[in-house]
Amino acid sequence: MSKKITDVICPFCGTLCDDIEVLVSDDGKKILEVYNACVIGTEKFMHSGAKDRITRPRMRQADGSWKEVSYDEAADYAAQVLAKAKKPLMYGWSSTNCEAQSMGNEIAEVARACVDNTAAVCHGTTLIAVQDIGLPSCTLGEIKNRADRVIFWGCNPAHAHPRHMSRYSIFPRGFFTVKGQMSRKLVVVDPRVTDTARMADVHLQVAQGQDYELLCALRVALKKEWLPDTVAGVPKEKIYEVAEILKSGRFGIIFFGMGVTQSLGKNHNIDEAIALTKDLNEYTKYSIMPMRGHYNVTGSGEVLAWQFGFPYSVDLTRGFPRYNPGDSSSIDLLNRGEIDAAFVIGSDPGAHFPISAVKHLAHVPLVCVDPHITPTSGVSKLHVPVAFNGVETGGSCYRMDNVPIDGRKVVDAPEGMLSDEEFLVMVRDRLKKIKGVA
Amino acid sequence: MSEYIIKNGHVFDPVQGIKGDKADVAIKNGKIVKDSEVSKSAKVIDAKGKTVMAGAVEIHAHIAGPKVNLGRIYRPEDKLFTCTPTHGHERMGSGNSIPSTFKTGYEYARMGYTTAMEAAMPPLFSRHTHEEIRDTPIIDEGAFPVFGNNWFVMEYLKNREVENTAAYIAWLLRATKGYAVKVVNPGGTEAWHWGLNCLTVNDPVPYFDITPAEIIKGLIDANEYLGLPHSMHIHPNNLGNPGNYTTTLDTLKIAQGIKPKNKFGREQVLHLTHTQFHSYKGTNWGDFESGAKEVMDYINKNKNITVDTGNVTLDETTTMTADGPFEHHLTELNHLKWANVDVEVETAAGVVPYIYSPNISVCAIQWAIGLELALYAKDPMRCFITTDHPNAGPFTRYPRVIKWLMSQRARETQINAFKHKDKVLSQTGIGAIDRELTLYEIAAMTRAGPAKSLGLSSMCGGLAPGMDADVVVYNINPEKPFENPDQIEAAFSRAACVFKSGVEVVKDGEIVSSGNKRTLWVNAKVNDNPQVMRDITEKFLKYYSVTQANYESLGHSFVPNPYALEVDATQ
Repeated sequence: MSKKITDVICPFCGTLCDDIEVLVSDDGKKILEVYNACVIGTEKFMHSGAKDRITRPRMRQADGSWKEVSYDEAADYAAQVLAKAKKPLMYGWSSTNCEAQSMGNEIAEVARACVDNTAAVCHGTTLIAVQDIGLPSCTLGEIKNRADRVIFWGCNPAHAHPRHMSRYSIFPRGFFTVKGQMSRKLVVVDPRVTDTARMADVHLQVAQGQDYELLCALRVALKKEWLPDTVAGVPKEKIYEVAEILKSGRFGIIFFGMGVTQSLGKNHNIDEAIALTKDLNEYTKYSIMPMRGHYNVTGSGEVLAWQFGFPYSVDLTRGFPRYNPGDSSSIDLLNRGEIDAAFVIGSDPGAHFPISAVKHLAHVPLVCVDPHITPTSGVSKLHVPVAFNGVETGGSCYRMDNVPIDGRKVVDAPEGMLSDEEFLVMVRDRLKKIKGVA
Repeated sequence: MSEYIIKNGHVFDPVQGIKGDKADVAIKNGKIVKDSEVSKSAKVIDAKGKTVMAGAVEIHAHIAGPKVNLGRIYRPEDKLFTCTPTHGHERMGSGNSIPSTFKTGYEYARMGYTTAMEAAMPPLFSRHTHEEIRDTPIIDEGAFPVFGNNWFVMEYLKNREVENTAAYIAWLLRATKGYAVKVVNPGGTEAWHWGLNCLTVNDPVPYFDITPAEIIKGLIDANEYLGLPHSMHIHPNNLGNPGNYTTTLDTLKIAQGIKPKNKFGREQVLHLTHTQFHSYKGTNWGDFESGAKEVMDYINKNKNITVDTGNVTLDETTTMTADGPFEHHLTELNHLKWANVDVEVETAAGVVPYIYSPNISVCAIQWAIGLELALYAKDPMRCFITTDHPNAGPFTRYPRVIKWLMSQRARETQINAFKHKDKVLSQTGIGAIDRELTLYEIAAMTRAGPAKSLGLSSMCGGLAPGMDADVVVYNINPEKPFENPDQIEAAFSRAACVFKSGVEVVKDGEIVSSGNKRTLWVNAKVNDNPQVMRDITEKFLKYYSVTQANYESLGHSFVPNPYALEVDATQ
């Protein structure tokens, strides 16, 4: 016999699908089948049953080999590293639940650490733009029910957020959009002919790195003012045409991804995209939304903000919260060599940071909390494998539109394994003891 | 639990009618008891020459949830020079108009507040709101889910189905662990999803074929059908526009003749919030004037209405409301950054920073209107002090608002400091008012009154035996007149001591315990209603972006210490 668990949240991307069904064995230990999820999501669930999974913490030895240690020894080591450090970095947090993030923030407060999440290499620039100019946005159900104009700018949901289009943005039939895809016009802005671009009514093949120019040109075209013959590789007739398409909608949405946040112009691109959205609200109703990557990077920003006031790159080393991206952001801290210890959880900076920053990570005492073997665990001094969050433990997560959904546990973790939160509680208690705080 | 006796203080308690007489207040097992019931080992707190009141009750503030946090995220400038370090029992904090959760709890407690209501919870985001409430220490909190633009409500009320509306309200309160029926710009916020608005109570809501007046009437009826602890709590249409006092009066008239029905001692059927924003005369910003007299005259005459003031405090702040179209209007006015969130099926919200400058005549007139309302109020048990935190000013300015209300001299000093003093005097009645509120009236406006309006009069807001031991001692000697009104502000800013449910949480203005915080919510039982249950299932299948099973705020991390007020509407 097997049992089916319904309404499961998929712990992969910011789309945070919550209609997954998982068939588990009768003893609740093995996942047999995953329904409704995309291929990546399915793999995320099935992966937890991998035979070669590491189930106990391991310490790097002088000769470079690993030695298995207990969770107690691991927590002792982690607490001592954090206690001794003058400026520890606690990075990651995007692939774990809000309960663990909250516990991590408490540790960071005691340890006087710098806390940062993966927005640092992703939508951090978006957050800076939002702090400049605001953000007219909405929830994803609004798009399903109302949107008749959908723009994907610098993102490729067909591959990165595979169910986004079927659940929210293009295909679903909503209250005012009973014809589904037929009720919507799709504009894709991307220098590449992606699978998303192939589906578009209009594909603006912007010249690489010239998104800012094209955004400005669209704002000009809305006002029917003069444009040069081509802007960012796009003929002006096409820009006027798209401006008309945008204006003529009743409810529009601009989704944007790393193609604009991390290409030339960075936060200034987003400033301009938000200004375009604001301008469009003079004619009709428009929203704009970042396509957040990790399934709970949004949650990390929310928890940091309600506890300390800032969404990422928070520096607690002076005993009170400070925020100054460029100064307090992880890559900059690492490149300047200011960090003397690191605690990485729910992310893989070893794979995603510039090599100069990773080199520094490899030289400091690095604790890596991650169920997988990753480039980060490869350069760590202590690797603590934990239960898969969202599969072997539940907890609160925030979707890309900031809607919180409570994760569900579907199977037990291998015997004796702890969750992120449980391990963090052990570290916090030890750290408080060392520091002598109540 | 420890026993305490607070001796020889001057007690101000409208619940028992004590007006500054010397009396002892005894605390045992978290409750107030008769003096004779505590043992000799009870710890004695000497309150000689000091003022003793019940813990204050906040009836309307935006202190937890998605739009508050959006304010925190997008306003790093609000943190400049306002961050606080880890200190004793206190976690780090930050922010002025939108303080972090920990700082919010500490600041309320320091001023003697022990209960607070989050005024607008988008139901879809209830889990977020509750996570923040969990992280706000000391104070008991409840949250009001918004109903005024909800598709279920509009569809039921279009057909005048009050019983179905009530069944849906009961379901939603349970799912979101909500406390009361909040209405924000009824119909107007739904219109905003198409970029439109409803500016009078008779403007039809696009597509839904219903008017704001019908929504308001229907929700009052449903609220009384259920017999909820609080009444319908409304932010009417047409907020913040010159001449809007007529819309406000039209809204209030809808409640005419409706009688309250509940077991909580509540006597109103409608609570009008941040009345200052709804009491404007004039036709534009140039001839802008106060309508406080007209609005308050009506309220004084109609006993089934309570109000709060929404006092402008002349600070830089962050406005945030579920009145989406208003925030868009505001950003067009002041050109500061605009954030907006439209929420599927339910509501919307907007956030815009705002600077209430004493050098701008409109801001100064708004300041005067807020004070006029409280000073014209004949029954302090029906008019409560708020700043609609953070919309008209941060809640940390309550002591200053109290100073202005208690001292004509303080008001004169402020009026003389205005750049457009003459305009303030010609456009409002503030200059002619010599009323100074007494400590007893302040106790009614900040404690007994809001507690009664919220249906909590048997729990908090007073010092009668049997009530929760929420007790505050202020460094105010009512026998000695103040030398300087600033002493009023100083005394209300840092209480000498504060007890929350019998636990000493503040001592000499310092936080000494994180208390035993609870989340208040209302569990309303109704008869089985298969139609409403079917409608709910259908809406989740077709129009929501989450499944019904993932909508509810369940125990563990969201509501770790709940306190449910039980309502039975099955009869």
